[in-house]
Amino acid sequence: MSTHTATQPAGSRTRAEINSWRARLLASLGPLTALGGVLWAIVQPYRVTLLHPDGQGFWWLFVEPPLFIVLAGALFHLLVARVLIEDLTED
Amino acid sequence: MQPPAEFVHWMFATGFLLLGLFLLAEAIAGEEVWRRRKWRTYLWPSFLFLMGVLMWPVMTFFTNSTIHMVAHGAWAQVMMLAGAAELGLVKGKLHSPLWRFATPLAFIVSGLAFLLHEQNEWLFQRSSFLHHLLGWTLIVGAVFPFARALRPRWAFANAGLAFVFVFVAVALYSDRDLAPVFGHLSSLAGQPHR
Repeated sequence: MSTHTATQPAGSRTRAEINSWRARLLASLGPLTALGGVLWAIVQPYRVTLLHPDGQGFWWLFVEPPLFIVLAGALFHLLVARVLIEDLTED
Repeated sequence: MQPPAEFVHWMFATGFLLLGLFLLAEAIAGEEVWRRRKWRTYLWPSFLFLMGVLMWPVMTFFTNSTIHMVAHGAWAQVMMLAGAAELGLVKGKLHSPLWRFATPLAFIVSGLAFLLHEQNEWLFQRSSFLHHLLGWTLIVGAVFPFARALRPRWAFANAGLAFVFVFVAVALYSDRDLAPVFGHLSSLAGQPHR
Protein backbone atom coordinates (compact mmCIF):
# COMPACT_ATOMS: atom_id res chain seq x y z
CA MET A 1 0.00 0.00 0.00
CA SER A 2 2.71 2.44 1.02
CA THR A 3 4.82 1.44 -2.00
CA HIS A 4 1.87 2.20 -4.28
CA THR A 5 1.39 5.72 -2.90
CA ALA A 6 5.13 6.40 -3.01
CA THR A 7 5.62 5.43 -6.67
CA GLN A 8 2.45 6.94 -8.14
CA PRO A 9 3.58 10.60 -8.17
CA ALA A 10 6.97 9.63 -9.66
CA GLY A 11 5.22 7.62 -12.38
CA SER A 12 2.81 10.40 -13.30
CA ARG A 13 5.69 12.92 -13.24
CA THR A 14 7.60 10.79 -15.75
CA ARG A 15 4.51 10.54 -17.94
CA ALA A 16 4.04 14.32 -17.72
CA GLU A 17 7.69 14.83 -18.70
CA ILE A 18 7.32 12.52 -21.70
CA ASN A 19 4.12 14.28 -22.77
CA SER A 20 5.77 17.67 -22.40
CA TRP A 21 8.68 16.49 -24.57
CA ARG A 22 6.20 15.12 -27.13
CA ALA A 23 4.23 18.37 -27.10
CA ARG A 24 7.38 20.38 -27.75
CA LEU A 25 8.29 18.08 -30.65
CA LEU A 26 4.79 18.39 -32.11
CA ALA A 27 4.83 22.16 -31.70
CA SER A 28 8.10 22.35 -33.65
CA LEU A 29 7.05 20.16 -36.62
CA GLY A 30 4.98 22.78 -38.47
CA PRO A 31 7.34 25.73 -37.87
CA LEU A 32 10.37 23.61 -38.86
CA THR A 33 8.62 22.57 -42.08
CA ALA A 34 7.75 26.20 -42.83
CA LEU A 35 11.33 27.20 -42.04
CA GLY A 36 12.52 24.58 -44.56
CA GLY A 37 10.36 26.28 -47.22
CA VAL A 38 11.74 29.72 -46.32
CA LEU A 39 15.34 28.47 -46.46
CA TRP A 40 14.69 26.85 -49.83
CA ALA A 41 13.25 30.14 -51.13
CA ILE A 42 16.40 31.96 -49.95
CA VAL A 43 18.80 29.39 -51.42
CA GLN A 44 16.92 29.09 -54.74
CA PRO A 45 14.93 32.33 -55.16
CA TYR A 46 14.26 31.49 -58.82
CA ARG A 47 11.91 28.73 -57.59
CA VAL A 48 9.58 31.50 -56.33
CA THR A 49 8.31 32.92 -59.61
CA LEU A 50 6.26 35.53 -57.72
CA LEU A 51 9.54 37.36 -57.10
CA HIS A 52 9.94 37.96 -60.84
CA PRO A 53 6.39 37.71 -62.22
CA ASP A 54 6.83 39.53 -65.55
CA GLY A 55 5.68 37.44 -68.49
CA GLN A 56 4.76 34.41 -66.37
CA GLY A 57 1.56 32.45 -66.94
CA PHE A 58 -1.00 31.39 -64.32
CA TRP A 59 0.64 28.10 -63.33
CA TRP A 60 4.11 29.63 -62.90
CA LEU A 61 2.56 32.19 -60.54
CA PHE A 62 0.28 29.76 -58.71
CA VAL A 63 2.58 26.79 -58.10
CA GLU A 64 5.45 27.98 -55.89
CA PRO A 65 7.03 24.89 -54.25
CA PRO A 66 8.86 26.72 -51.39
CA LEU A 67 5.66 28.62 -50.54
CA PHE A 68 3.67 25.36 -50.70
CA ILE A 69 6.00 23.97 -48.01
CA VAL A 70 5.49 27.07 -45.85
CA LEU A 71 1.72 26.74 -46.33
CA ALA A 72 1.77 23.00 -45.51
CA GLY A 73 3.76 23.65 -42.33
CA ALA A 74 1.44 26.49 -41.26
CA LEU A 75 -1.77 24.56 -41.99
CA PHE A 76 -0.47 21.49 -40.21
CA HIS A 77 0.46 23.54 -37.15
CA LEU A 78 -2.81 25.49 -36.99
CA LEU A 79 -5.28 22.73 -37.84
CA VAL A 80 -3.66 19.53 -36.56
CA ALA A 81 -0.74 20.08 -34.19
CA ARG A 82 -2.39 22.63 -31.87
CA VAL A 83 -5.44 20.44 -31.19
CA LEU A 84 -3.21 17.40 -30.78
CA ILE A 85 -1.03 19.23 -28.25
CA GLU A 86 -4.17 20.21 -26.32
CA ASP A 87 -5.21 16.56 -26.15
CA LEU A 88 -1.71 15.48 -25.17
CA THR A 89 -1.36 17.99 -22.33
CA GLU A 90 -4.83 17.11 -20.99
CA ASP A 91 -3.58 13.55 -20.56
CA MET B 1 -4.70 25.98 -69.33
CA GLN B 2 -3.13 22.64 -68.44
CA PRO B 3 -0.13 22.91 -66.07
CA PRO B 4 3.20 21.38 -67.15
CA ALA B 5 3.79 17.88 -65.73
CA GLU B 6 6.40 19.04 -63.19
CA PHE B 7 3.83 21.35 -61.57
CA VAL B 8 1.61 18.35 -60.92
CA HIS B 9 4.59 16.58 -59.32
CA TRP B 10 5.15 19.58 -57.03
CA MET B 11 1.48 19.63 -56.00
CA PHE B 12 1.59 15.90 -55.23
CA ALA B 13 4.85 16.51 -53.33
CA THR B 14 2.89 18.84 -51.03
CA GLY B 15 0.32 16.09 -50.52
CA PHE B 16 3.06 13.59 -49.59
CA LEU B 17 4.64 16.15 -47.26
CA LEU B 18 1.33 16.57 -45.42
CA LEU B 19 0.89 12.78 -45.28
CA GLY B 20 4.35 12.53 -43.71
CA LEU B 21 3.53 15.24 -41.17
CA PHE B 22 0.25 13.55 -40.18
CA LEU B 23 1.97 10.20 -39.68
CA LEU B 24 4.89 11.72 -37.82
CA ALA B 25 2.48 13.54 -35.50
CA GLU B 26 0.67 10.25 -34.85
CA ALA B 27 3.96 8.51 -34.09
CA ILE B 28 5.03 11.27 -31.68
CA ALA B 29 1.70 11.67 -29.87
CA GLY B 30 1.00 7.97 -29.71
CA GLU B 31 -1.98 6.12 -31.12
CA GLU B 32 -4.13 6.56 -28.02
CA VAL B 33 -3.98 10.38 -28.06
CA TRP B 34 -4.16 10.54 -31.87
CA ARG B 35 -7.42 8.54 -31.86
CA ARG B 36 -9.04 10.69 -29.20
CA ARG B 37 -10.75 12.74 -31.93
CA LYS B 38 -12.54 10.78 -34.60
CA TRP B 39 -11.74 13.16 -37.49
CA ARG B 40 -8.03 12.71 -36.83
CA THR B 41 -8.13 8.94 -37.28
CA TYR B 42 -9.58 9.44 -40.78
CA LEU B 43 -7.14 12.19 -41.69
CA TRP B 44 -4.23 10.43 -43.39
CA PRO B 45 -6.15 7.46 -44.87
CA SER B 46 -8.74 9.79 -46.47
CA PHE B 47 -5.93 12.07 -47.67
CA LEU B 48 -4.18 9.09 -49.29
CA PHE B 49 -7.47 7.99 -50.88
CA LEU B 50 -8.05 11.52 -52.22
CA MET B 51 -4.54 11.60 -53.70
CA GLY B 52 -5.35 8.29 -55.42
CA VAL B 53 -8.55 9.80 -56.86
CA LEU B 54 -6.62 12.84 -58.08
CA MET B 55 -4.13 10.55 -59.78
CA TRP B 56 -6.82 9.58 -62.32
CA PRO B 57 -6.98 13.02 -64.00
CA VAL B 58 -3.16 12.98 -63.96
CA MET B 59 -3.27 9.64 -65.77
CA THR B 60 -5.83 10.97 -68.25
CA PHE B 61 -4.33 14.36 -69.07
CA PHE B 62 -0.59 14.11 -68.38
CA THR B 63 0.60 10.81 -69.77
CA ASN B 64 2.24 10.83 -73.17
CA SER B 65 2.72 7.09 -73.64
CA THR B 66 0.97 3.83 -72.81
CA ILE B 67 3.58 2.81 -70.26
CA HIS B 68 3.20 6.16 -68.45
CA MET B 69 -0.56 5.75 -68.49
CA VAL B 70 -0.33 2.24 -67.03
CA ALA B 71 2.10 3.43 -64.31
CA HIS B 72 -0.09 6.38 -63.29
CA GLY B 73 -3.19 4.16 -63.38
CA ALA B 74 -1.44 1.63 -61.11
CA TRP B 75 -0.52 4.40 -58.65
CA ALA B 76 -4.11 5.66 -58.64
CA GLN B 77 -5.47 2.20 -57.91
CA VAL B 78 -3.04 1.22 -55.16
CA MET B 79 -3.24 4.62 -53.43
CA MET B 80 -7.02 4.35 -53.37
CA LEU B 81 -6.82 0.74 -52.19
CA ALA B 82 -4.38 1.58 -49.36
CA GLY B 83 -6.38 4.66 -48.30
CA ALA B 84 -9.70 2.78 -48.40
CA ALA B 85 -8.27 -0.21 -46.49
CA GLU B 86 -6.86 2.04 -43.75
CA LEU B 87 -10.18 3.93 -43.60
CA GLY B 88 -12.08 0.66 -43.30
CA LEU B 89 -9.80 -0.50 -40.51
CA VAL B 90 -10.05 2.69 -38.41
CA LYS B 91 -13.82 2.86 -38.96
CA GLY B 92 -14.16 -0.77 -37.91
CA LYS B 93 -15.83 -1.85 -41.15
CA LEU B 94 -12.90 -4.08 -42.03
CA HIS B 95 -11.90 -6.64 -39.43
CA SER B 96 -9.26 -8.85 -41.03
CA PRO B 97 -5.72 -7.72 -40.11
CA LEU B 98 -4.72 -8.77 -43.64
CA TRP B 99 -6.14 -5.43 -44.88
CA ARG B 100 -3.13 -3.80 -43.21
CA PHE B 101 -0.99 -5.26 -45.98
CA ALA B 102 -2.71 -3.04 -48.56
CA THR B 103 -0.26 -0.20 -47.77
CA PRO B 104 2.96 -2.25 -48.20
CA LEU B 105 1.41 -3.70 -51.37
CA ALA B 106 0.83 -0.14 -52.60
CA PHE B 107 4.48 0.66 -51.91
CA ILE B 108 5.75 -2.38 -53.83
CA VAL B 109 3.43 -1.83 -56.81
CA SER B 110 4.26 1.91 -56.91
CA GLY B 111 7.99 1.23 -56.67
CA LEU B 112 7.86 -1.35 -59.46
CA ALA B 113 5.79 1.01 -61.60
CA PHE B 114 8.46 3.70 -61.19
CA LEU B 115 11.29 1.32 -62.11
CA LEU B 116 9.54 -0.47 -64.96
CA HIS B 117 8.33 2.63 -66.78
CA GLU B 118 11.71 4.40 -66.67
CA GLN B 119 13.55 3.39 -69.81
CA ASN B 120 16.75 5.41 -69.27
CA GLU B 121 19.70 4.98 -66.93
CA TRP B 122 20.10 6.84 -63.59
CA LEU B 123 22.12 9.83 -64.87
CA PHE B 124 20.35 10.30 -68.24
CA GLN B 125 18.63 13.39 -66.80
CA ARG B 126 16.96 14.46 -63.57
CA SER B 127 13.57 12.81 -64.03
CA SER B 128 15.27 9.50 -64.91
CA PHE B 129 17.34 9.73 -61.72
CA LEU B 130 14.23 10.51 -59.69
CA HIS B 131 12.29 7.60 -61.19
CA HIS B 132 15.06 5.19 -60.14
CA LEU B 133 15.45 6.87 -56.74
CA LEU B 134 11.70 6.90 -56.03
CA GLY B 135 11.27 3.33 -57.24
CA TRP B 136 13.98 1.95 -54.96
CA THR B 137 12.88 4.20 -52.08
CA LEU B 138 9.38 2.78 -52.23
CA ILE B 139 10.54 -0.83 -52.57
CA VAL B 140 13.05 -0.58 -49.71
CA GLY B 141 10.73 1.73 -47.74
CA ALA B 142 7.95 -0.90 -47.95
CA VAL B 143 9.65 -2.47 -44.92
CA PHE B 144 8.02 0.23 -42.73
CA PRO B 145 4.36 -0.30 -43.74
CA PHE B 146 5.08 -4.04 -43.68
CA ALA B 147 6.39 -3.78 -40.09
CA ARG B 148 3.40 -1.56 -39.25
CA ALA B 149 1.07 -4.23 -40.62
CA LEU B 150 2.67 -6.82 -38.35
CA ARG B 151 2.94 -4.50 -35.28
CA PRO B 152 0.39 -1.69 -35.74
CA ARG B 153 1.33 0.25 -32.58
CA TRP B 154 5.06 0.28 -33.23
CA ALA B 155 6.04 3.97 -33.26
CA PHE B 156 9.31 3.24 -35.10
CA ALA B 157 7.43 1.72 -38.06
CA ASN B 158 4.97 4.64 -38.12
CA ALA B 159 7.80 7.19 -37.98
CA GLY B 160 9.67 5.29 -40.72
CA LEU B 161 6.58 5.36 -42.93
CA ALA B 162 6.27 9.11 -42.30
CA PHE B 163 9.91 9.74 -43.27
CA VAL B 164 9.49 7.73 -46.49
CA PHE B 165 6.58 10.04 -47.44
CA VAL B 166 8.67 13.12 -46.62
CA PHE B 167 11.56 11.74 -48.72
CA VAL B 168 9.15 11.10 -51.62
CA ALA B 169 7.96 14.72 -51.27
CA VAL B 170 11.54 16.05 -51.43
CA ALA B 171 12.26 13.92 -54.53
CA LEU B 172 9.07 15.11 -56.25
CA TYR B 173 9.88 18.76 -55.44
CA SER B 174 13.26 18.22 -57.16
CA ASP B 175 11.58 17.12 -60.37
CA ARG B 176 11.96 19.12 -63.58
CA ASP B 177 10.61 18.36 -67.01
CA LEU B 178 14.11 18.32 -68.46
CA ALA B 179 17.12 19.20 -66.30
CA PRO B 180 20.61 17.93 -65.45
CA VAL B 181 21.27 15.74 -62.42
CA PHE B 182 24.58 16.27 -60.55
CA GLY B 183 25.86 18.03 -63.68
CA HIS B 184 24.92 15.15 -65.98
CA LEU B 185 22.56 15.59 -68.91
CA SER B 186 22.56 13.19 -71.83
CA SER B 187 22.87 14.80 -75.23
CA LEU B 188 19.90 12.63 -76.25
CA ALA B 189 17.67 14.21 -73.58
CA GLY B 190 17.21 17.55 -75.39
CA GLN B 191 17.46 21.15 -74.21
CA PRO B 192 16.61 22.06 -70.59
CA HIS B 193 13.46 24.18 -70.50
CA ARG B 194 14.54 26.49 -67.67
